[in-house]
Amino acid sequence: MSRLANVKKSIARSQLWTAFFRHGYPDTDRNRVLVIMSNVLLHLHPVKVRKSGVKMKYTWCAGGLSFFLFLLETITGLLLMFYYRPTIEYAYVDIIDLREQVPLGIMRELHRWGAHAMVIAVWVHMFRVFMTGSYKPPREFNWNVGVILLVLTLLLSFTGYLLPWDQLAIWAITVGSNMARATPFLGHEGPGAALLRVGDVSLVHIGDDVRFALLGGRFVGAGTLLRFYVLHCVAIPLIAGFGMAIHFWRVRKDGGISGPL
Amino acid sequence: MTDSRQSPPTSPTAAPTRRAENILGAEGLSGLRGKTSRRGFFPWLGLAWVSITAGFAMLAGVSLRFLFPNVLFEPPSTFKAGFPSEYEVGAVDERFKSKFGVWIVRDEATLFALSTICTHLGCTPNWLGGEQKFKCPCHGSGFYIDGMNFEGPAPRPLERYKIYVADDGQVVVDKNSKYQWEKGQWDNPESFVSMA
Ligand code: HEM
Ligand code: FES
Repeated sequence: MSRLANVKKSIARSQLWTAFFRHGYPDTDRNRVLVIMSNVLLHLHPVKVRKSGVKMKYTWCAGGLSFFLFLLETITGLLLMFYYRPTIEYAYVDIIDLREQVPLGIMRELHRWGAHAMVIAVWVHMFRVFMTGSYKPPREFNWNVGVILLVLTLLLSFTGYLLPWDQLAIWAITVGSNMARATPFLGHEGPGAALLRVGDVSLVHIGDDVRFALLGGRFVGAGTLLRFYVLHCVAIPLIAGFGMAIHFWRVRKDGGISGPL
Repeated sequence: MTDSRQSPPTSPTAAPTRRAENILGAEGLSGLRGKTSRRGFFPWLGLAWVSITAGFAMLAGVSLRFLFPNVLFEPPSTFKAGFPSEYEVGAVDERFKSKFGVWIVRDEATLFALSTICTHLGCTPNWLGGEQKFKCPCHGSGFYIDGMNFEGPAPRPLERYKIYVADDGQVVVDKNSKYQWEKGQWDNPESFVSMA
């Protein structure tokens, strides 16, 4: 045996190597399964994929693109957080500074354009799932997980929209959050809210309804900026990440990506 | 290449059982037998579940309540607005617009407080003196000086707030009560101060 082969062999048997690679080369079916099953990230993915599943023509890779854009938003968003302060004194000037005083001033543009692209990608993905009939059993559960992911994507968009704290942001969120006034029972102008009263005192009013909880006040102000920041940077991404884990796991459990009929 | 890892020993050993015996005393598991009957166990199980559920419900309630602060750092909803004689006939007073969201308007016979919230989707219109109208920048709704909508998507006139003259002779605006034209509430004497 040559010396090189010996070195190769001793590396492959070393503790370090075997700690990372817990199976042999994926040249047998068993090892191929082990590659997927013994890795926490890969195991969300099916061991086998139908030929049609990797065809651009079938999936448009729109789901994969949505996920890629989510990762892009996570990374660029994390970088923006090093500069941006969510208070009414600083929010707007920090956004300007991010463009003019920070190396690679396009980080903010990347994040913003990525956000628009993600919303589009998710709709396109939903459209393709609909057109290929992939919402049908056994995938109806995953369709519903998808609907939740769509809502979370839109909420990320909505909460992020306020953060620049310019006129467009403030009035867009004012208009958008006014819809919450009309929530049945929970919004003070919604159907049923008038019924929830004890004598003369209404239980659901402008100071305690669901819009108030969202805004942290009676109108869009300092409390709203902070609440939207926390929702945008922590709460919704966490829930969405969790939802995506379920989504990908379900794709696998429903027999991989559906095939053409 | 074959799997370099050995599977862990699967044959059961006696060690775990012996340890359980040590914890439970000399009698081992059989020492528990007879102390609680099968039937007697279920009420306790039920109670345990009820307590846990109640505990979590309480945590959820407390977390929900946490979203509603006890103190708001917003301008008060009732404010004093000077003396009635300060207001000129036909003028829109914008002093209280940015802080309280109120225009005070004087016509021949009355003084009234108009809400600055556009009845379309809630933006703040601007008073355009030259054109004698409130114009909303968001989607273009227009309102006459008395608050009546006449152009754009706003479906109803601006709302009015409660207004009265306090004992010290000053005008007080109370935003907790509002008066809507479409409900016939502008006739309510609380919605204006008579200047006749
Ligand atoms: C954050 C948003 C979303 C992400 C990141 C995402 C990601 C993915 C990925 C990577 C796949 C694998 C196949 C492909 O790439 O097309 C997939 C499949 C699927 N998605 Fe989504 N998705 C999202 C939203 C949605 C929405 C809005 C729906 C529908 C309401 C949906 C329903 C489904 C279904 C039913 C499948 C299985 C399709 C099949 O087996 O052919 N997803 N998703
Ligand atoms: S909010 Fe005023 S016109 Fe739409």
